[in-house]
Amino acid sequence: MTDNNHREDLLWILEGHGGPGFEQDVARRIEQVFLRYTSQIRRDAMGNLTAVLPGGGERQRPRVLLAAHMDEIALVVTKVEKGGFLRVWQAGGFDARTLIGQEVVVHGKRALPGIVGSKPPHLTTARERKHAPPLEDLYVDLALPESSVRDLVTVGDRVTLSRDPMELLHDRLAGRALDNRASVAVLLETLRFLRPLRHEADVYAVATVQEEVGIRGAGTAAYGWRPDVGIAIDVTFAEFPGQDPDRSFKMGKGPAISFGPNIHPKVFQRLRDTAEEHRIPYQVELTQGPTGTDARAIQITREGVATGLVGVAVRYMHTSVEMADYQDIVECGRLLAHFIANVDIAYVEGLSCY
Amino acid sequence: MLLKELTEAMGPSGFEDEVRDLIREAARPYAERMYTDVLGNLIVEQNSSAPGPRVLLDAHMDEVGLMIVHVEESGLLRFRALGGIDPRVLVSKPVRIGAEKRYGVIGSKPIHLQKAEERKRPLSMNELYIDIGAKDRDDALRVVKPGDVAVFATRYGEIGEGCAKAKSFDDRIGCAILLDVLAASVSVPLIAAFTVQEEIGLRGATVVGERIRPDIAIALEGTVCFDVVDAPGHGQSTVMGAGPALTVQDGRTIADQKFLQFMVSLAEKRHIPYQFRRVKGGSNDFGALHRSGTGVIGGGISVPVRYIHAPAQIISLEDYHNTVRLVRALLEEIASGAWPLGNRIQTG
Repeated sequence: MTDNNHREDLLWILEGHGGPGFEQDVARRIEQVFLRYTSQIRRDAMGNLTAVLPGGGERQRPRVLLAAHMDEIALVVTKVEKGGFLRVWQAGGFDARTLIGQEVVVHGKRALPGIVGSKPPHLTTARERKHAPPLEDLYVDLALPESSVRDLVTVGDRVTLSRDPMELLHDRLAGRALDNRASVAVLLETLRFLRPLRHEADVYAVATVQEEVGIRGAGTAAYGWRPDVGIAIDVTFAEFPGQDPDRSFKMGKGPAISFGPNIHPKVFQRLRDTAEEHRIPYQVELTQGPTGTDARAIQITREGVATGLVGVAVRYMHTSVEMADYQDIVECGRLLAHFIANVDIAYVEGLSCY
Repeated sequence: MLLKELTEAMGPSGFEDEVRDLIREAARPYAERMYTDVLGNLIVEQNSSAPGPRVLLDAHMDEVGLMIVHVEESGLLRFRALGGIDPRVLVSKPVRIGAEKRYGVIGSKPIHLQKAEERKRPLSMNELYIDIGAKDRDDALRVVKPGDVAVFATRYGEIGEGCAKAKSFDDRIGCAILLDVLAASVSVPLIAAFTVQEEIGLRGATVVGERIRPDIAIALEGTVCFDVVDAPGHGQSTVMGAGPALTVQDGRTIADQKFLQFMVSLAEKRHIPYQFRRVKGGSNDFGALHRSGTGVIGGGISVPVRYIHAPAQIISLEDYHNTVRLVRALLEEIASGAWPLGNRIQTG
């Protein structure tokens, strides 16, 4: 099962670096894999990358959009300090505590390795040590003299985490940017499972941009493709001590299918029925408002879009050691492929009937 | 230069086997005699019949690490530190566990699910777990067991200009220097001790000092360096790239003034840059060695290490090479009789 899936492609895509607004390196990699499924690749002005797979429907064809954001949380250089140390701010939400001692890549005139430092322990008072240093007190050390730093780095340069992916027990992977490249892999798995299936619907598989700074890419992507059904794919929280039970999903137990006001009830129902029918393990995630995912934007694009949300459980989200189970990714792709194969015009028409 | 192999090898205090095996092979061509003692110290002797004082050069093989102490029902591993680790550097870092060097990661609750006040409080070690991807306790116990040890997963690499990053420069840089000095084979009776358990109280060096009873002992170390933004001059301890750091006074040692002056004069004569280590705290194996037997003359020479005891540490390779130069020069000077044995108080 692992022989012909997209696990190796995911590892390769993870080697790419791309925070909000500079997804090009990642997009280039994803495009290479998309090309195995279609020659119709499109980019919009924001940078969203779409693989278009025309459906086999004879008359008016339903339009299904899948959206997985490809950007990762990143930092941006705000100041070059005396000695050549860099101050940074964030594009996407970091827990500053996870950055101390972290290796990073500063995307200056060339890619420069760096290490995040904080005020030395022996120079901090016992009182200070009880407080975690905020991001503005941290710095990036490039081990370069100040003059070289000023030649190579300017304010506004981007910084991403540095971490090689690791293979853990079973089919589990850990590393940076699995939020949300794990879902990009779901897109790829969906295309793989869809290939032997007959589907009426046109499929728009989109790797979206700028999700981590407020879900900015998905809206323009949905606007451009005018889908009848839009499904966001984003990672959710895997269980960990101290977390609420309704925000704790099990790794290896299949995708989480979201339910709540952000989700069209018939899309949810169909996703769940599809999972049952094809014996795909799944979990239900309950949400109470607009979700922090591309689904938030897609639902209210143009005159409104019937929206769904699925995703795999990831541990340690927004750290450099995010962990996902590749079998969940495969199952999520299988679920979406069978869902798409079942979408016809009658189903789409029913979505507006309450 | 074995720096990559040495720093990537696993050797927390009491579990130095992999490091010892590496060093044993590297030292073999230069060893007249090589043996281990009951604690696991590796001792390499050279030129034992040469005239002059018997010189003990020491570098410790162990590094700070972690020990798995409990496996939770969930399959997450609880751990405690072997040696001094600031728990704040552990979050979001990978480790390698046991002889198989299995990957594990130390994560934390995602920022999305934290309350604002949680984020302001550093996580302590008992709130952290190593995660190997196990599905539950039994699944984890198939591949790890309490008592297994772990170290940071950091790879060696060059960084910036003439610098390198890795875990465990404290004290694999000392080991590398000592191997380079062995390869130079200066004609003095040299005892190279690669010691164990420095990080938990200089325990290996304590018994080595008793066994060897050298005339001169020098500890080769990686030491605290905080020449970074926000650190006032007095708190920097050492400056990266400014040369080997000589100990004046630390938590366990007050430098012998004559020997310190001997090293300083020699560095100046040979145009080798040097600096003084400017913090009072901390210590190195010389703290144990100088009190062994009836007392031993000598000192500590260190390479500055930024982010010591943290997953990714930085050194200047120039500091490394200048330290090798200084130690070789010292041995040559001692071989020429410049440090007469008469400087040692004879209690016969």
